[in-house]
Amino acid sequence: MSVATQEATPAAAKPAKKKTKRGPEHRPGLNRWLPYLLLAPAVLAELLIHIIPMVVGIWMSFIKLTKFFIANWSAAPSAGFNNYKVALDFNNAVGEGLLKSFGVTVAFSLITVALSWVLGMAAAVALQPPFRGRGIVRTFFLVPYALPAYAGILTWNFMLQRDTGAVNHVLNQLHLSDGRTFWLIGGNALVSLITVATWKLWTFAFLTLMAGLQSIPGDLYEAASVDGAGNIRQWRNITLPSLRPVNLVLVLVLFLWTFSDFNTPYVLFGTAQPPAGDLITFHIYNASFLTWNFGTGAAMSVLLLIFLMIVTGAYLFVTGRRSRRA
Amino acid sequence: MRLRSFVAAVAATAMGISLAACGGGDKNDSSGGGSGGDQTLTYWASNQGTSLDNDKEVLTPVLQKFTQDTGIKVNLEVIGWNDLQTRIQTAITSGQAPDVVNIGNTWAASLQATDAFLPFDGDAMTAIGGKDKFVPTALATGGKEGTDPTSVPLYGLAYGLYYNKAMFAAAGLQPPKTWEEMVTDAQKLTDPAKKQWGMALAAGSYTENVHFAFINAAQNKADWFNSDGKPTFTGDGNVQGVLRYLDLMQKDKVANPSNAQYDNGTKSVNDFATKKVAMVINQNNADSSIVANGMKAGEYGVVPFPAPAGGEQVASHVAGINLSVFKNTKHKDAALKFVKYMTDAATQTTLGKPFSSLPVLKDAKPVFTTDAAEAATFADVYNTKSKPLPLVPAEDQFESTVGKAMNTMFAKIATGGTVTADDVKAALKTAEDQVAASS
Repeated sequence: MSVATQEATPAAAKPAKKKTKRGPEHRPGLNRWLPYLLLAPAVLAELLIHIIPMVVGIWMSFIKLTKFFIANWSAAPSAGFNNYKVALDFNNAVGEGLLKSFGVTVAFSLITVALSWVLGMAAAVALQPPFRGRGIVRTFFLVPYALPAYAGILTWNFMLQRDTGAVNHVLNQLHLSDGRTFWLIGGNALVSLITVATWKLWTFAFLTLMAGLQSIPGDLYEAASVDGAGNIRQWRNITLPSLRPVNLVLVLVLFLWTFSDFNTPYVLFGTAQPPAGDLITFHIYNASFLTWNFGTGAAMSVLLLIFLMIVTGAYLFVTGRRSRRA
Repeated sequence: MRLRSFVAAVAATAMGISLAACGGGDKNDSSGGGSGGDQTLTYWASNQGTSLDNDKEVLTPVLQKFTQDTGIKVNLEVIGWNDLQTRIQTAITSGQAPDVVNIGNTWAASLQATDAFLPFDGDAMTAIGGKDKFVPTALATGGKEGTDPTSVPLYGLAYGLYYNKAMFAAAGLQPPKTWEEMVTDAQKLTDPAKKQWGMALAAGSYTENVHFAFINAAQNKADWFNSDGKPTFTGDGNVQGVLRYLDLMQKDKVANPSNAQYDNGTKSVNDFATKKVAMVINQNNADSSIVANGMKAGEYGVVPFPAPAGGEQVASHVAGINLSVFKNTKHKDAALKFVKYMTDAATQTTLGKPFSSLPVLKDAKPVFTTDAAEAATFADVYNTKSKPLPLVPAEDQFESTVGKAMNTMFAKIATGGTVTADDVKAALKTAEDQVAASS
């Protein structure tokens, strides 16, 4: 309104014209570049944080980057595909170690994702109906998510000690064991790893599924109830199908996180990681830093990246096709 | 206008960051490598005392004296052992290195192979006081044989068998002189019902385990590498040496199976200091932890870690901490002055007691203990019963692969499994293959 008034009088026309001249509509060049300028910081950050390190990592996997060259690593000689051959030769100690570690990681990921999802779903469904103290219980469930990962895992390390840990003490008091069980070495190391990772992850599943549940219209449940459907049938026929898009993303994210988990074994076992807890990221770290063979370590990392890309692609393809059919 | 200002601000900031980055290579000062002036050295010290803070407290007045004497300031950072090797690797890779760094002397040949460290050639060695001031065995750990060392000894360490005098007296025992005596004594002093064990082992620590793999094999006259630097892990002497050490928990049952979770030497030393075990094999710097945990100096004695009857009298590897100068230092002269100062007799005497170290200088006396017998025992082990770990580039790989293999075998024993000589041989073959594949 005020602009129109100003433009109506010749005295006001001049300043108004000057003002609009400075506006973006009079700068077609700037208009064209403004979106790119605004995007530039994000693109730069993506380049620096992801793309460049990834390209460098791929390049490292093709050179003989051992202790003899790390001071001047651009001068390391080409290794061709030798680093990949070493990593994939399962008759060789290095390849055999990688294969065993891969197997441990697959088992760890599948069980941890399944447990996290089941616990998250059970808690989300249980806390859906309003009741007194629901807020407090929900907050309590989020403690593992809010706690710094390092502090939480370190506490588990103390609790899982054989002689002084709380876990053996409690099991002993409950007469479930003689209190002499090893949790951090031997075969139980995998059980411990899955327990700690699930404790860390399930609240994310809980949060996500709780948000998903709240988006399902209550009318559906009311109608089903009128038709005589019980809780289990409602969950199977209403809740699960409605949460399908949430679950697709949730399961994928949980799998990718668990498969590339480094913190949990690193903090839980320290430098004394047992074979049963030898997750692949930690295995690659050891292969690189303990034997100073960064070329082979890089090749292992690239193989892991390819595997995760194939799994992700296949998962999205299969679940997408099912969605389209539905 | 606002956008233009914003773009200008971004450009100015970017330029500022670039300039700061350019200057970042010389993070200390810009006065060059001359003499004194207002130079500042960056020094990464390893953890030697009871904590990182304790190290800072001990080193700060020593470094201040150096600054007073030379005008060269020292920027100190104390780094824990778990992080030190990775920090050094990162420094080598990035070129953003300190001027002077502490290294574990067993890493010397491996780090030398990176070509990132200043060789102590004739001139550099003269600048730090000449090679003749060092104990020859200690200086020999500075790098590969026949080359100019890239590190020089700073703190000397050796293993000894600590024993609880009261427990031995109560059982009518004398300190052991042979392996067999040690095992017999340990069995007499073991009573799991009373939660008392003959020995404590850091059986989950790969660095400790590999030291005992080395020493026990050396007692069998076995080597881990041949003259070409190739691994020879599976010889009978190596296998039997490793098995003998594992048997302390497996066959002899003188160590608590829980020791398989002890991932550093401090835990086993604490068991000894709190009188849960009668013996522990540790380096002389255990003294400070033992006393800090309440055991009085006269309550324990030390004898050399015994060899089996008829075995080679090797009681330790030549353990210790060395000093290295990064080759890309911009303050070479100042760094060499600092190395000379840290390895001077006066500084060695000052640091020898708080860090419980053995002197690395000829004719110097140990000051870490007032117990003359203990000092003499460690000095004797260090000077006459020690053998350097393999001085080959793959030494670090030997430590990690064999040490971790022993962790796994101890875990198997602790959880009720059995480890035979064939199992040891197979584990050492895997370790050998890993080293070969990574070399």
